[in-house]
Amino acid sequence: MMTITVKFFASLREQLGKSETLLSTSKPLTVSQVWSQVCDNISLPAHILTAVNMEYVEANTLVNPGDEVAFFPPVTGG
Amino acid sequence: MNNLHHPHFLSPQIDIDSIQKLSHSKVLIVGLGGLGSPVAMYLAATGVGHLVLADSDTVEISNLQRQIVHDTFQIGQSKVHSALRKLQAIHPHLQITPIQQRLEGDLLDAQVKAVDVVADCSDNFTTRFALNAACVRHCKPLVAGAAIRFTGQVAVFLPSLPQSPCYRCLYPDIEETAETCSQMGILAPLVGVIGSLQAVEIVKVLLYFGQPLCGKLFLFDAYTTQWRILTLYKDVNCPVCNHTLSADVRL
Repeated sequence: MMTITVKFFASLREQLGKSETLLSTSKPLTVSQVWSQVCDNISLPAHILTAVNMEYVEANTLVNPGDEVAFFPPVTGG
Repeated sequence: MNNLHHPHFLSPQIDIDSIQKLSHSKVLIVGLGGLGSPVAMYLAATGVGHLVLADSDTVEISNLQRQIVHDTFQIGQSKVHSALRKLQAIHPHLQITPIQQRLEGDLLDAQVKAVDVVADCSDNFTTRFALNAACVRHCKPLVAGAAIRFTGQVAVFLPSLPQSPCYRCLYPDIEETAETCSQMGILAPLVGVIGSLQAVEIVKVLLYFGQPLCGKLFLFDAYTTQWRILTLYKDVNCPVCNHTLSADVRL
């Protein structure tokens, strides 16, 4: 069993009340599955942006044990 | 050249030719709010020769908390003319083209085509997508900034590079949100941080030095004072910059 490090940024950190959590897994998961498992089985909202190991990816990207997944909201203000 | 720009010579990367190049450069700044203010003021102070300023709004007192190019004497004036006054005080030789309307259609294309770099300092996805598509059409560098609450982003898109992603690769499938700074709140100096970084990237792109944030997304969280630089890739299915899919980029 290894862990995936899950990070939440900006307003997601505020809404979820945490900036980081660890997810134990022995097999690869998609980014969407990672979100669901750490967010009470809620589906990943379509507008949330995602990165794996600091690379911007789509929600169906596979995450391996030991990887870091980051979730962050869109920003458009100016 | 004049003494105004002498401190650049402390840096070996910026010589007299660079100063002259800046003085002949033309930058389009879309939006003269929280981000457009520091972008315009720093580009004026740096010695960029010609700024095209586009904004349809007028100055309101609620803007002054973060839109530092404007002041209480300009309330009720158009933002482009308010900014013009401040920028000319910073750099008297600066040429300024004020456009007091939304850049759309043929006007957008004409303005993008005529500049060296476009600064996206707007506050909505509709404008951002239109600017991005125009920059891809005319192969112009786009330096995009955004900020809300405690969070900011900066990215540089260089359509002249075949591997460069575009703004639409970053936000392929997103609807307009109601999250404007006036509605959601913004930590005032945060737009100074993000706008100043946009100005840094614009000068680098204009002078071809250093490593611009192309293919990268700079994320800054002012609440925790943390930043991350994510790698962005070109989206092979992008309807804007994938020319094999769409020859006429009108999105």
